[in-house]
Amino acid sequence: MNEDHNYPVVEFTQEMKETHTLLVPMMLPIHFALVAGIVRNEGYKVEVLETTHKAIAEEGLRNVHNDTCYPALLVIGQLIDALKSGKYDLEKTALFITQTGGGCRASNYVSLLRKAINKNGMGHIPIATFNISNAVGSGGFQIRKTAIAKFVISFVYSDLLMRIYNQCIPYEKEKGSSQIVVDKWVAEIVEQMKSTKFLKIKKNCKKILADFSKIERVENKKMKVGIVGEIYIKYSPLGNNGLEEYLVSQGAEIINSGVLEFFMYRLYSMIHEGKIYGGSLKRKIISRLVMKFAAKKQRDLIRAINKNGNFEPPNEFRHTIAACKGYLDHGVKMGEGWLLTAEMVEFIHSGVNNIVAVQPFGCLPNHIVAKGMNRKIKDNFPNANIVAVDYDPGSSIINQENRLRLMLANAK
Amino acid sequence: MSYAIGIDVGSTTLKTVVLDENGGIIEKSYQRHLSRVREVTAEHIKSLEKILDGKKLKVSVTGSAGLGVADVAGLNFVQEVFAAAGAVNRELPETDVVIELGGEDAKIIFLRGTLEERMNGSCAGGTGAFIDQMATLMNVTVDELDELYPLHKRIYPIASRCGVFAKSDIQSLLNQGAKKEDIAASIFQAVVDQTIGGLAQGRAIKGNVLFLGGPLSFFKGLQSRFIETLDLENAEFPELAPYFMALGSAFNATELPDEDAISFDNLIKKLLHKEEAGTFESGQPLFASEDERRLFLERHASVSVEERDISAYEGRAFLGIDAGSTTTKVVLIGEDDSILHRHYSPNGGNPLPIIREQIEEIYSLCGSGIHIAAGAVTGYGEELVRAAFGIDFGIVETIAHYTAARHFNEDVDFIIDIGGQDIKCFHIKNGMVDSVVLNEACSSGCGSFLETFATALGYSVAEFADIALASKNPVDLGSRCTVFMNSSFKQAQKDGASIEDISAGLALSVVKNALYKVIRARNADELGKNIVVQGGTFLNDAVLRCFETEIAREVIRLPISELMGGYGAALYAKYNAPEKSALISPEKLKGFSHKSKATICKICANKCCLTINTFADGGRFISGNKCERGAGGTENKEHPNLVAFKYDYILNYTTYGTGRAKIGLPLIMNMYETIPFWSAFFSSLGCDVVLSEPSTRELYMKGQHTISSDTVCYPAKLGHGHIESLLEKGVDAIFYPCMTYNIDEGISDNCYNCPVVAYYPEVIGANVPNLKNFCKIHIAFHNKKKFVKRIFNELKFIPSLKKDEVKIAAKRAYEAYEAYNRHVEEHGKYALEYAKTHNKPVIVLGCRPYHIDPEINHGIDKLLCSMGFVVITEDAVCRLLPKQKVGVLNQWSYHARLYNAAKFVAHHSGLQNIEMVQLVSFGCGIDAITTDEVSEILKNAGKLYTQIKIDEIKNLAAAKIRLRSLEAMMKGTVTNERRPQLSRS
Repeated sequence: MNEDHNYPVVEFTQEMKETHTLLVPMMLPIHFALVAGIVRNEGYKVEVLETTHKAIAEEGLRNVHNDTCYPALLVIGQLIDALKSGKYDLEKTALFITQTGGGCRASNYVSLLRKAINKNGMGHIPIATFNISNAVGSGGFQIRKTAIAKFVISFVYSDLLMRIYNQCIPYEKEKGSSQIVVDKWVAEIVEQMKSTKFLKIKKNCKKILADFSKIERVENKKMKVGIVGEIYIKYSPLGNNGLEEYLVSQGAEIINSGVLEFFMYRLYSMIHEGKIYGGSLKRKIISRLVMKFAAKKQRDLIRAINKNGNFEPPNEFRHTIAACKGYLDHGVKMGEGWLLTAEMVEFIHSGVNNIVAVQPFGCLPNHIVAKGMNRKIKDNFPNANIVAVDYDPGSSIINQENRLRLMLANAK
Repeated sequence: MSYAIGIDVGSTTLKTVVLDENGGIIEKSYQRHLSRVREVTAEHIKSLEKILDGKKLKVSVTGSAGLGVADVAGLNFVQEVFAAAGAVNRELPETDVVIELGGEDAKIIFLRGTLEERMNGSCAGGTGAFIDQMATLMNVTVDELDELYPLHKRIYPIASRCGVFAKSDIQSLLNQGAKKEDIAASIFQAVVDQTIGGLAQGRAIKGNVLFLGGPLSFFKGLQSRFIETLDLENAEFPELAPYFMALGSAFNATELPDEDAISFDNLIKKLLHKEEAGTFESGQPLFASEDERRLFLERHASVSVEERDISAYEGRAFLGIDAGSTTTKVVLIGEDDSILHRHYSPNGGNPLPIIREQIEEIYSLCGSGIHIAAGAVTGYGEELVRAAFGIDFGIVETIAHYTAARHFNEDVDFIIDIGGQDIKCFHIKNGMVDSVVLNEACSSGCGSFLETFATALGYSVAEFADIALASKNPVDLGSRCTVFMNSSFKQAQKDGASIEDISAGLALSVVKNALYKVIRARNADELGKNIVVQGGTFLNDAVLRCFETEIAREVIRLPISELMGGYGAALYAKYNAPEKSALISPEKLKGFSHKSKATICKICANKCCLTINTFADGGRFISGNKCERGAGGTENKEHPNLVAFKYDYILNYTTYGTGRAKIGLPLIMNMYETIPFWSAFFSSLGCDVVLSEPSTRELYMKGQHTISSDTVCYPAKLGHGHIESLLEKGVDAIFYPCMTYNIDEGISDNCYNCPVVAYYPEVIGANVPNLKNFCKIHIAFHNKKKFVKRIFNELKFIPSLKKDEVKIAAKRAYEAYEAYNRHVEEHGKYALEYAKTHNKPVIVLGCRPYHIDPEINHGIDKLLCSMGFVVITEDAVCRLLPKQKVGVLNQWSYHARLYNAAKFVAHHSGLQNIEMVQLVSFGCGIDAITTDEVSEILKNAGKLYTQIKIDEIKNLAAAKIRLRSLEAMMKGTVTNERRPQLSRS
């Protein structure tokens, strides 16, 4: 409490671990299922919200300043909508939100959420947060540092499932066969978390890839479309009006980078920042260690895909780091920062000229790293076919689809 | 062989082209489809029976509304820009660039070199719909608008990025008496600017430029603006311009496989194919039962105001005028507050002729039995009308509306007025107007919006409102930018929504827009217990019903809903009636004449567009000025204005060293604050320091073509001009560093800059051609050692540089920066002292360093000074307090200053008469967070919160209403028994 705010700040305490269920807003179904699994193994009760109805955006509009970015609107809207649904015992419910921190306005989610629940008379509901880049939780919500490794490993699995799913779905002969593999493995990995089986990346990846390889696929190659953008809008169908599904329905195969890359981007930016501005030695050592670990896991993943031979692996992260040279400095670290530009360049390097750059309307970092870099990319790669699409509660689907259509028409 | 048909279904029009076996055009058409997309298409094709019957037909559909048609009919679809590019390649292969403007879209295609095709983003400024809207606003048809163009003598700057902003620019021009032909030219220029600024994105538009689309082929004025602005020698406006998309689509059809060719009958059948009834998101019916409806109508019918026959009245009467931006309202009341005469009409932008007529009529109706004892005027045209007709009082709108609302409900605590173009809401607390909210860009759904749709569908406004009450499933259209509402509307129509449901849906969207985007209310209690709704839009019962349902509370609406401002003014006149009214006499009125002349004030950099109004009696009224000097007054040099103080200080930073290198520092974003630092740094190294020219509109235009994101804030966009300015000056290097972090001022948890401030140099580097020695080093101030090391490696453009020199230079730089801050703080202290000793009210202007640029703040500081306020900037007071606890993440330096400044105003200034006004640049994402927080800090301490949104927009009309309301609230006035109390108890 302070002199100007007459509402309490309710933290999630250790005791609540036993009593309260944490509600988590959805972003990426596969990834969140696995992360939830890890958190459950740490002894928390977790529910990832799967709601998608329209009232979510309305609830967001009502509770968050409308000029705030669309992802904040949806995330907070989804949580408030859940609280109001009557499904949960409000005395035994807590809210969970991940933090990325940094200079982007999105790092304000927690305070915006707190304001919103207070305005709705639900200020007593505790909020737990977790910062994925430095593994710091809030109040009684703490994850053992060793669990960080588990997160990284879970990203490897989820990224693999997402990536290969995207490579199968446009070609599958029997509709839904790729989804079956995904569902099977999500359940399997969550189960494995209880034992050390979970850590056997190479073995698991091999099996996963073998299962995908068994899916019957048509031969004709489709055009590839890369998706880059603000992380929530890029991944969440709720945020991007089912972008992936739409593109697939229009005969495209989509590619997007994984969460592991985003995680490594955050780490690398921290390391780089130490170089140019100075910083603590401890932080330097830890971030380098984690980076090394993540990079190794990524190599495992790439190797597994290459060995299997049926699918395309991601680029090694050191190539990603190099890709934005000549465009912008690695000091650009807010939002998706230099990673977004690097991804566009990498797509083009690998022959994927068609790119959709998505962002919430008025996204500040994307003025720089997406729209700001298009000119130069286009100058260097005349065949680049990039379309920027904005999302907000007000933008019309027809308008968005028309722009996507233009990109697709040029792709054909 | 077969015929090919290209069908282009745009947002407002249908275009078709038929090609014969040899690819020759044998038929083409262009018509408005009034949203009856499929019917009109089918009818038109049917009318071609003579040509088409018996032929094999290949058909392709294109256009923004074409996808739906193609899907349902099972016809081939081709994206319109793609289609156009195809047609141009075949018909006019020499073309370098194509610019195509449609109803809701603007497109550009670069054909020479790298093929690039681009469409406007999610803002609809600069499209056909924009021109339509502006014409409506001026009360002319689009054709008349074009006919006005050749007569123009000058062009005013009009914000082009958003129709809502442009509207307020145009409104104020109209109200100030600017010539219609000049405004017409300015509207076309705005479209040109938007196209270049939004779509060129760093590519030069030159060579053979082809202009396509309806607006560009019909409006000669628009053509001429494009040619002049782009300095084109080879501009082509082909006769086929409106048909190019259709033509491209026909070409596309010729390439379809032969088995896709169909017969005429089959095509008609396909086009008429009844689609399966789609589903659309819908809400509850407006009324659950007929009874409910009856009760609702009865309840509102019971609230009324007495009207009397003027011929049967004798005694004193009081005149109230509401000179709104688009409509004029006149009310005459008697001693008992009954209405003797009323008038409401659109004014075509000029309120004077109507008011003159009205006063004449009133004089003749009054005869000798009625004496007009006093008059008051409110609204946009207030000052002009007052000067013209000798009206006794000019009052700010909020006071007029409150006076009227209070007359009907003493306890009113919330008033919302939805007019044709504006939404105004305000809370009443302890008998005074507490906070004022006005609609802004992206929250524009008002009355005129309903009217546009009603007209498009062939209904009168009243009929359209009436049918809505019968709606069973009001369509959920969301609350989006009205320009784009068209597409959701079309979607709903396609999905089988009835006219009733659409009308009700539109009413609901107006309400939702007001509640959730303008007021941002979470529940009814946040509004108030006694709510009065007014404005013409609330005469629509569907809007009224939706409003009540949405907030689950009954409200009061009067049958004179649209006249409330005028009625309030009349009441005000009555309460304050002077001994003798100054109202123009009947004799003088006969000889009344009014002339207006536009000119530009040359006294300062603001370059206000002045309008000089002259009346028959020799009286003059100057409008458009932001400070006293423009109106012929003088400026008090001692009156403190920190904005001007800082700006003058910064501009004097050009220095001459030993000529070792000439360093250009652009006046962009955070450079407005760091220039003392960099200037001292480079001077110490013996370099000449050159600043870019002060911002002007012309400077902005210079850099406009390299802007990469049309939705980034104006201060950032303006930066492109400053870089061009430095390039012109011929410097050895341009220095504009990336600064993720600001200096730590100890008042926040971290010291971030916003992403745009931090990294805009990257955008400049990637988009401005001809940059040599552009230094955009990532650097921070907090670690001095690192600073020296890093910057030393980057300054290759300074010959034979030594590290020791850099060390000394850095020391000087840190000192200079400190000195600058001290200077600002000292001046802040002086200003506070001055306010105390001279008993002046104080405004702490919560802004950013770059808001001191007059091209960005548009002279709001000067306006405040002319109103008598001492103006202090946030950075002069924020460091007087330690770090404050706030309810949001406090990690941006500039924003932390706002919180501290707000706390200072709220608790620590030691002054009574101090308030804070926050300047917010349109598109500033982070201010979505700061505004709520600053407002909360101020309100919880019983202070007022005033926010002013600024963009390219030149006119300050909206800002004036806010500031005048604020002034009225701060000043307090002698209270009167029945008069709303304005003073703070």
